[in-house]
Amino acid sequence: MMQTSSSSMPLPKRLIGFFAVTIAMTAAVAVLGIILGMVGSFISNGGDGVTWSFLSEFPRNNNTEGGIWPALAGTTFLVLLMTILGVPVGTATAIYLTEFAKQDSWFARSVRFAVNTLAGVPSIVFGLFGVGFFIQFMGNGIDSWFGTTSFGDGSLLWSSATLAVLTLPVVIVAVEEALRAVPRDLREASLALGATRWQTIVKVVIPNAVTGILTGSILAVGRGAGEVAAILFVGVTYSSESIPSAVTEKFMHLGYHLFVLSTQSPDVDLTLPLQYATTLVLLGLTFLLNLTAILIRSRLRKR
Amino acid sequence: MEWSIRLVASASIIVIFLILLFVMREAATLFVSASTTATESTSSSAPSGDLVPESYDPGAADAPSSSEPEVYNPDAEEPATAEPAGEPGAPGQFIYASKNPKYPEIYNPDTGLLPADIDDVESEAETPDTLARQNVLTKLAGDSWQPVGEVPKFGLAPLLIGTAKTTIIAILIGAPLGILAALYVAFFAKRRVREFVKPAIELLAGFPSVVIGFFCLVTVASFIQDLTGVQYRLNAVVGGIGLSLAVIPIVFSIAEDALSAVPKTLREASLALGSTEWQTAYRVMLPAAAPGVFAAVLLGIGRAFGETMIAIMATGNAPLSSLSPLEPARTVAATIGSEMGEVVWGSEHYGVLFFMGVILFVFSFSLNAVTELYVKKRLIKKFQGQ
Repeated sequence: MMQTSSSSMPLPKRLIGFFAVTIAMTAAVAVLGIILGMVGSFISNGGDGVTWSFLSEFPRNNNTEGGIWPALAGTTFLVLLMTILGVPVGTATAIYLTEFAKQDSWFARSVRFAVNTLAGVPSIVFGLFGVGFFIQFMGNGIDSWFGTTSFGDGSLLWSSATLAVLTLPVVIVAVEEALRAVPRDLREASLALGATRWQTIVKVVIPNAVTGILTGSILAVGRGAGEVAAILFVGVTYSSESIPSAVTEKFMHLGYHLFVLSTQSPDVDLTLPLQYATTLVLLGLTFLLNLTAILIRSRLRKR
Repeated sequence: MEWSIRLVASASIIVIFLILLFVMREAATLFVSASTTATESTSSSAPSGDLVPESYDPGAADAPSSSEPEVYNPDAEEPATAEPAGEPGAPGQFIYASKNPKYPEIYNPDTGLLPADIDDVESEAETPDTLARQNVLTKLAGDSWQPVGEVPKFGLAPLLIGTAKTTIIAILIGAPLGILAALYVAFFAKRRVREFVKPAIELLAGFPSVVIGFFCLVTVASFIQDLTGVQYRLNAVVGGIGLSLAVIPIVFSIAEDALSAVPKTLREASLALGSTEWQTAYRVMLPAAAPGVFAAVLLGIGRAFGETMIAIMATGNAPLSSLSPLEPARTVAATIGSEMGEVVWGSEHYGVLFFMGVILFVFSFSLNAVTELYVKKRLIKKFQGQ
């Protein structure tokens, strides 16, 4: 049908039409091409570097040899602690927004506005917030109240807290979407059977939204694992003799390790294979996390 | 019980206020006490041989080439040696990543003074005390950024120019690509193609920015230099391309949402009146979704100017006031990211960096407020009015 209408048009218009469709397709293909080119370049240059010893060894000789084990461990600790700190708050906010709030109430609108704003704040500002609030205010406050000395400096704890704040919108949006997908009938049936609102939420809504909470956590972890700017001065370190054993220690991070290797090292070309291998590991990690979340989410949407 | 959960839900609002409060609190030292400046300038006037400011890598101090701060450019040697040694270079001739072991930091884009001339400057401006008392705002309004040195200069102009340059390039590349790709996915692509293309582009949003920065640093920069033969390997164009990779997925997904949200009846009416698919897409659906597409571009701008790692790694990081896109640039976010690590806490420089954080926050907050309050209202009005 489209064929007949376009063939009845004058040639210049058909050309414009062809051009209009082609340019949109070219844009999509170009973006896909960039993504594939990027991934391809990392795989071809770094594929050989990712070996078991690369993953399990400490860096040697001023980060010019060896592996990335402490960075891998540091990143893992960081995102785990971040999840523990951030996901409960995000889940509670999403539950409030979907189950309790009147949609056009002043408070609910403010929360939504704050969540959207938080999602748009540059990550470097979160880094400054981490220094100003967590280290200077809370850390120094704890130190002077309890007579400790370990909190008033950058650490795994403050980095995780900073990232928890940064990933809060990711969690809230994902969990909210999952909660909205829980059919209204289930809630009404539960309430009709005499359950209180609270019982309905705990026994009916949350069990049905577990996949959503999982998606939110995975997305947050993916974001947190790749985020460097926010933790630059909140506790990350370029070299470490051991993996952190307390939350007040400094830690190595995959993204920061890559940043240091590629820009701060005295001989950048020497460590290029290491840089590519680190990139591949970091990208593979975030890629897998995001892919998992996308798959879970699309299954959720179909339901 | 409801009250406790309401309290937790208000965390987001509280966090917004805390960010503003505590980033401003650290910046406030700038406006309250000027006495800290003296301590910083004495500490930085240590024997120049040991003076390695702005070196992020304490490990580099052990390495033989300890006098290479800010070397983001592996090929920095080329332009630096190509320059005639004795002659004071024209503005922009001098590369920021100086190899001079004596004054690694000193660089003035305006006069093009080389380190050899620096003693003249010092004797002329030997009034650090009066400068310390100088109004902070006049300092910030200066036209050169030279935070470490005998007389630190905190002019924001080169940084704002650098930010504007890279952001504009990123939007010029990223917005059309994102919007056109969204049009394709929303209206032209077959269903099976759409189900592959959409998540693939959204996956780009999950790429860590440090990975995109690395890709620009090693691959895009060489590609652009081979293609155009530019003097500086890392420049605003390379940075802009890198930032556009962060912008594209944002513009794409918001624009795609907006385009899909246009009521199907509009499309059917247009097709029924005899227009083709492309006429419907470009002349009916795109204008109908215009506020949403506009919001997508605004949020893309917000992402581009606030992005730190890509800007640090791919722009060359020199605070030049040049408008040329082929010269290095330095953004506000990149300055915070690269200088916060070795600044003296509580010093004037520290305060200025936090002040720039306040600028970034206020700017992103305003952008978001515009999209939330204005654009969404218009979208709703538009569809309900029809």
